[in-house]
This record gives sequence, structure tokens and C-alpha cells, in this order.
Amino acid sequence: MITVEGLDKSFGDVRILEGIDAIFRKGCVNQIIGRSGSGKSVLAKCMVGLHRPEEGRVLYEGRSFHDMNAEEKRSIRQRIGMLFQGSALFDSLTVIENVMFPLRMFGMMEKEEMRERANSCLKRVRIIDKDHLYPAELSGGMQKRVGIARAIAMNPEYLFCDEPNSGLDPQTAIVIDELIKELTEEFNTTTIVITHDMNSVMETGEHIIFIHKGRKWWEGNRDELLRSDNKELNEFVFASSLMRQVKKAMISNS
Amino acid sequence: MSVLFHIGRYFLLLRETFGRPERFSLYWSRTVEEMDLLGVKSLGIVALLSAFMGAVITIQTKTNIDSPLIQAWVVGFATRQSTILEFSPTVISLILAGKVGSNIAAEIGSMRVKEQIDALDIMGVNSAGYLILPKIAATMLINPFLIMISMFLSIFGGWLAGVETGVVVSEDFIQGIQAGFKPYHVVYALVKTIVFAFIITTISAYQGYYTKGGTREVGISSTRAVVYSNVVILFANLVLTQALLL
Repeated sequence: MITVEGLDKSFGDVRILEGIDAIFRKGCVNQIIGRSGSGKSVLAKCMVGLHRPEEGRVLYEGRSFHDMNAEEKRSIRQRIGMLFQGSALFDSLTVIENVMFPLRMFGMMEKEEMRERANSCLKRVRIIDKDHLYPAELSGGMQKRVGIARAIAMNPEYLFCDEPNSGLDPQTAIVIDELIKELTEEFNTTTIVITHDMNSVMETGEHIIFIHKGRKWWEGNRDELLRSDNKELNEFVFASSLMRQVKKAMISNS
Repeated sequence: MSVLFHIGRYFLLLRETFGRPERFSLYWSRTVEEMDLLGVKSLGIVALLSAFMGAVITIQTKTNIDSPLIQAWVVGFATRQSTILEFSPTVISLILAGKVGSNIAAEIGSMRVKEQIDALDIMGVNSAGYLILPKIAATMLINPFLIMISMFLSIFGGWLAGVETGVVVSEDFIQGIQAGFKPYHVVYALVKTIVFAFIITTISAYQGYYTKGGTREVGISSTRAVVYSNVVILFANLVLTQALLL
């Protein structure tokens, strides 16, 4: 479980996050949604320690991340897996080397064991016979899946996914969503997904946090989202006529 | 204020860079790779420049000291001294700042804008150490060899051009390159080379590591890496010459 308490973050004079309080639960897909520029990626970067907040704390199992010493931070980070928006695979390494990278860096395994582990992660994300290719030779969807394989290579307790569906076709996006959900249940991870893809929210939204103007504007699950009368949330989620029809249909069905 | 900010951040980055490596064997294998990429792959340009520069130094020296009062071996002597004291360690380092420095800044800068450095940080890897330390070690180890090769080729180029164009007789040139030879001058040249290698690598890595934005900014970082490395090399050259030769 990750707890965020009173998080404030500014860049210069621009206030990005203001007083964010949230609890991200273990074994479920926690989604952070919001418009572009609302501060959701900054929140995630504060949580993984890439940005230092001016105020507030991020607690991993009750321990404040920013108060930890370098060694403790490193140990927490080794338990975090992150899928980046652009996959962030290392260009000069092949698919298998990318997945093996954290194992080579920290794993106390023999080379063959590492290769086996990397292959099983790749199989888990349905990447087969591509281990010798370089990231530039893969499609966007495949790069994301390799990114997930690298993120889960060290059996992370916390999985962060920054806009996992961006730039993907709807079918591949669904595959990625399902994969994230399956992995969360299988490994009982605390998964945090930053997204503004409403399909993804409807498919996997177990715990949703809506960030608006740098503040936590709304929190709930998918069913509560459909019934919410929060004006800003409705304007964001049901901006398209398709989504408005989906809302109508889902409410009438239930 | 901005200059002080950059100097402070540069030293903070160095402190991080020299932090404890996660896995020494991995750093060592990266150092060997970097020695090939940054050193061995620069051999061609170093060899070409050195040979031609030595040839030009010989011919120019001869045309400038063409007097019956000056002995013929002075041409070889001047070629050797210019090569060992200044041309090989300094000019070749300036050339390497262009080739290697831009390469380092562009590589690390691209990794920054593609979030690959963030990925390393989140994994718990000391990204500065992992990316920069092997490059520093590689250039500081390989550049002295490059410079020694450059010295040899420059003097050889001078001899070849001098003899082939008839500006100097082979015996005179060889007498000149042996005259008053001080091994300390080679030590001085190698000390300069090692310091310049450190300057090139760390300044270029700094520019790349703190790149913000996209491909345009990577290009800007790359240009800055070359310009700032050159300026600092020239300044360090003056300081080292005073400290080591006077």
C-alpha cells in the first residue's frame, strides 16, 4: 500500500499539486485520471522519488520515502516497476537484454537463470521469438509489452504505469489493460495507472482518483464514477457523445 | 549566478558519479565498451590529423628558419617539441572534445529526453555512476595511448614530408628529434592528456545529463559540450603548463 499525505509540488512559481491525500491499495488497479497538465504525471513522479515535493509525504507501507536514506530509497526502488509512456527501453540493448537489465544489476542469479527469468517475463506479456531484436525494430504495442516485462522482472511490489495506452490502437490498448490487471492480481502488486483513456477506466477502474487543477477532485470506483454528479469529473469523463451513451447504457443496464 | 549554479551542480553530479557502483563487473564491461567506442574508434581521425599536422609543422618550420646560422637538425627538434608539448596533447584533445564530447552529450541527452535515465533511477540504479563513470575511466585510460600514437605519427609524418619534399635530410631530422630530449616532456603531455580527458567527459556528460526538452535541446547540449570543453581545456592548458613546466 502507498499513502500520499498533503503533497504539494511547484515548479518555480507554478503550483502543480496542492494538498493531495490518497491511499493506493494493494492488489488492485488504482487509476489517476485528469486532463493533460492537471498534475497526474507529476504526482506519480513524486511518488517514485523523481521529484521532491515541497510539502507532504509519500509512505511505502507506512514509511516516508523522502525521509529515507539513500540505501533505503534504493531498496524501495528495487521493489518498484515502472512502465513509461514512451516505454523508455534502452536503445542499445536487445529485448532480452532490456528485460535482463535489472536482474544483471541487482539479481544474485547466474546468467542462465537470468535469461530464463527474462524469457518467462517476455512469455508472460506474450512476446515470443523477439528477444534478439532491438526496441527500434518493435511496434509501439510490443515496446509497451517489453516495458511491462522489464517492470515485472524483479517481482515488484509496486507497479507504476504512465499512460500505458497512449499511441496504441484500441485493440492493443485493451490487451495492455488486461495484462496490467492480470499481473496486478497475479503478483498482488499495488498498481498505479496514470491515464486519460476512458476505455481503460471503464475496463479496469477499480479505484479511481480524479486530479483537477492540481487537487484531488474526486475519488471512487467505476460504478460511482458513472453516477457521480461532480461537474468537472463529468465534463472530463463524458466529454464525447460516445461516452455519454455508454454512461446511459450502463446505468440503464444496472 | 547562473555560472555558479552550473558549477555547483557539476560538482554534485561528480559526487554522484563517483558513488559506489552497484556491480563492479558491469561497470568494468561498460568501461571496456566505452574504450572501444570513444578511444579505438577515434584512432582513424587522430592518425590522419597527426600525420598531416606533423608534415605541415616540418615544412613551416623549415621555411621560417631558413638561415645559414641555424643548423639543419633544428627542424626535427622543433617538430618533436611542438608535437610532444602542444600539438598532440592539446590540439588532439580539442579535436576529441568535438568528436567524443558531442557523442557523449548526445547519447546521454537522448537517454534523458526518452526517460531512460528516469527508468534507471526508478530501478534504484545510480544513473550518473552507471552512465558517466565508465566513460571517464575509459577516456582517461585510452586517451594517453591515443596521444602517444599521435606523437609518433606526427613526428613520422614530419620526417616523411621533410625527406620527400627535400626540405630536410633524414639524418638531420633524426638528429633533431633526438637532440636534448627530456622524458619529462612526455610525462607532462600525458598528464595534460589525462586531465583533458576528464574535462571532456565530465563536461559533456553534464550537458547531456541535464538536457531538458526534445531533440532540439539534445543538439544544443551537444554543441555546448564541445564549446565549454574547449574553453575549459584551453584554460587548464595554461594552468598546467605554468604548474608543470615553469
